[in-house]
Amino acid sequence: MLTKEKAQQIFEQVKKVSTAKDVEVTIAGGQSALTRFANNTIHQNVAEENYIVSVRPVIDGKTARATTNKLDPDGIKRVVESAETLTRVQQPDPDLLPMASAAETKHSGPSAPTRFFDSTAAVTPQDRAAAVHDMVAVAKTAKLTAAGIYSSSQSMEALLNSNGVFQYHRQTSSEISITMLGDDSSGWQKQNSPDSANLRPEHLAETAARKAEQSASPKEVAAGKYTVILEPAAVLDLVGFMFFDWGGLAILDQRSFLNNRIGTKLFGENITVYDDVNHQLQSGPAFDGEGVPRQRVTLIDKGVVQNLVYARGTAAKMKKSEHAAKVGAVRPTGHGFSLPNEMGEMPLNIVFAPAATAQQRTVDQMVGSTERGILVTRLWYIREVDPYEKILTGMTRDGTFLVEDGRIRHGVRNFRFNQSLIHLLSNVEEMGALVRASGEESFDMVVPAMKVREFNFTEVTKF
Amino acid sequence: MSTMKEQGGWALDTAKSRGATYAEARIVDERQRALSTKNGKVGHASHSESLGIGIRVIVDGAWGFASTEDLSRKGVEGCAARAVEIAKASAKVKQHDVVMAPEKAYTADWASPYKIDPFSTSVEQNIALLTKIDEELLAVKGITLSETNLNFRRYEQWFYSSLGSDIHQTRVITGAGFAAYSFQGSDIQKRSYPNSFGGQYQNRGYELVEELKLVENARRIGEECVALHSADQCPQSVGTIILDSSQLGLQIHESVGHPIELDRVLGMEANFAGMSFLTLEKLRTLEYGSDIVNVVADATEAHGPGLGTFAFDDEGVPAQCTPIITNGLFTGYLSSRDTAPSIGLQQSGGTMRAEGWNRTPIIRMTNISILPGPKPLTLEQLIADTDDGIFFQTNRSWSIDDKRYNFQFGTEIGWEIKKGKLGRMFKNPSYSGITTEFWNSMDAICSRDQWTLWGTPNCGKGQPQQVMGTGHGAAPARFRNVKIGSAYKGT
Repeated sequence: MLTKEKAQQIFEQVKKVSTAKDVEVTIAGGQSALTRFANNTIHQNVAEENYIVSVRPVIDGKTARATTNKLDPDGIKRVVESAETLTRVQQPDPDLLPMASAAETKHSGPSAPTRFFDSTAAVTPQDRAAAVHDMVAVAKTAKLTAAGIYSSSQSMEALLNSNGVFQYHRQTSSEISITMLGDDSSGWQKQNSPDSANLRPEHLAETAARKAEQSASPKEVAAGKYTVILEPAAVLDLVGFMFFDWGGLAILDQRSFLNNRIGTKLFGENITVYDDVNHQLQSGPAFDGEGVPRQRVTLIDKGVVQNLVYARGTAAKMKKSEHAAKVGAVRPTGHGFSLPNEMGEMPLNIVFAPAATAQQRTVDQMVGSTERGILVTRLWYIREVDPYEKILTGMTRDGTFLVEDGRIRHGVRNFRFNQSLIHLLSNVEEMGALVRASGEESFDMVVPAMKVREFNFTEVTKF
Repeated sequence: MSTMKEQGGWALDTAKSRGATYAEARIVDERQRALSTKNGKVGHASHSESLGIGIRVIVDGAWGFASTEDLSRKGVEGCAARAVEIAKASAKVKQHDVVMAPEKAYTADWASPYKIDPFSTSVEQNIALLTKIDEELLAVKGITLSETNLNFRRYEQWFYSSLGSDIHQTRVITGAGFAAYSFQGSDIQKRSYPNSFGGQYQNRGYELVEELKLVENARRIGEECVALHSADQCPQSVGTIILDSSQLGLQIHESVGHPIELDRVLGMEANFAGMSFLTLEKLRTLEYGSDIVNVVADATEAHGPGLGTFAFDDEGVPAQCTPIITNGLFTGYLSSRDTAPSIGLQQSGGTMRAEGWNRTPIIRMTNISILPGPKPLTLEQLIADTDDGIFFQTNRSWSIDDKRYNFQFGTEIGWEIKKGKLGRMFKNPSYSGITTEFWNSMDAICSRDQWTLWGTPNCGKGQPQQVMGTGHGAAPARFRNVKIGSAYKGT
């Protein structure tokens, strides 16, 4: 893997050929591999190694970016020239700040736990095949068909600039996702972790198989408003859509559903959400696209929209804007994307506050307390219908069940929903313990399972 | 410095010497320019390039793939050896050996045609255009956010296979568009041109940008965006709808293009992208649509400069035109060399494509297009022929289940049709349905002069996910008895 020392060498090479006094370099990449199986067979099995160098000069109040994976001296020279050429033809941007200083990017407070595990970096294709073999064995025993993936990777990200900033992050990742297919039903599970030792392939396979078996011969149940029990993956895939709106720039651009709502009680009293890169179950680098350390930010406090996150430039703009007095604390929080960009920033390390231990409920307990409702394993193809009321549409998938009198009765045909996130997070009746959850429609988060009343299913599909 | 052919040779020789019964190497050199403005200022300005090799092999009857940016002899041979090791691991979990449809060896050199190399235009010229569009949008009172974008991509690929193929292809892709947003009270509205989510994309040069008349349309789009605040909410009903060609293009993408992918049908995408309702017994038996529905999957240059146009796919199979729906009957799938035998085909349909050098090819849509009506029919004439309905323009949201039955679409704007004339504007229009019922309800489609080959640059599929450009030719069309306004039901 590309080391700290090599990153420093590349930066020196860039500085040598750069004619700009102010220059920032991002280096990122690593090795990743993914074993994919379907029909109880490994049908794709891939590996990749790649590193990119991305150069951003600041010249006379202007900036632009060029990126390459050609790391030889000619490649470095060309990417620097390309970035400078592109920068020089821009118009000066009065809002563009000088590059971050070493003082601005100095880390203080708690540190993130280690996210690099040698054993995960050393996972081989044979190791992955062995785990797949075990999962397929579960499928065969249950007379089901398995499809899924097992991936592992090691990656690095470095950010250096001419003000002396040098941030470096490396981590490993591993992930298993499995679908078990019956004749007319399916079940699904997914887990990821920086440490592959935490993955439990057979447990995931057995749980997915049980869901496929329990949902066999699904019955059609009429669409309408139901109490739903959302497993953690379903929760994150839904709530993920609102965090794109949680940056200061989204307010300045008036594209956020939080326009005129900051400081108001928008959600239920039982909803508190942080962005916290240092949380034990979180992942990713502890610095942003300019090298600023990610701060822990309270986004929602007992239902009240509390704080936004800010890149350096956005914070400066916000302080001068008409919104400044209405948006709470304004400060760079270390959530900016690499410059230049249109999005500004967003929180990417979401952690829900857990319910008090005595009030936490397992999914089984939530089922047990439900007179009539729907248990949802997973959601699919979620898209925004209304940007201000935050109405989302999408489908249930891979394990949807009718719950009656505290028991799972049978599998049901999948539903389409049209549901406001604001209403969803105002109607949460029960929550489970926090887990690191992974879906397909949003980024990984630390969330609980939730029991929610009046979830709005509008149609039923044919399976 | 070694040539691409030498590098490809190192890959194939290493793979074969280590036991591969089939091997292919793709070297890709790609560069992109991406520019955007937001609220009158440059939002994004970047240039990027990427070069590397992807090597795919069959060993012991199973697939392996490895890729690297290291094109030295040591790097390429190491990568090929890694692909072989990976294939050997794959062989430990298999039900049967990979069976490939036969294919010939080809030597070819092809480039997508263009008039003006987009990279020959200056960045200053590009930014001047975007800034002008941005000014036009912001000149409309009530616009609270304006966005424009321009994207150029040059994708050059060298393909070598153990069959003896030596294929060099270059595609130049251009895309451009803009969007206006307006926030008032408790309502955010958006209008885009010429299509949402980035505009129009084709395998063409800068001439595409000139033809789109972006500046000329900016003021109208901005005004429509603001007017949406005072428009009536789209009603909830069942009735007649007319889709503009860009929305019909996305409807084809989601409810025809994806379900005909044979890898989905065979379960290979079950864990992520999903499967398909088009199980094998439905081929040549299912009435997919009404008898005026004719859809093709056409990757040939004759179809036009779509994002799915090429000379050979990424496993060296020539571009083809496959009839998908013929007078309403379901007649064909999208296939690859290792899926074609499962439906008795002697040759792959030639639809395997990879996002870049670092991804393995998978089945992708080419240009999945509905053929225009044979008789002259303009959009105006179609509206004039409609007594009561809603005209839907420009996609805003899209969603479909994982077997591609139940869909729901929203568009940015709708217009009431009464007695053959466009009337009130509707905001937040949406419609929903079941795929086969919907296509069987189509009773009119406009003619060739109304047909546009749209580009969808952001189709996601596969694990690790690959983003691919697909083409969709469509003309405005009319559908009966459609569920309207479903997205706001119960909300």
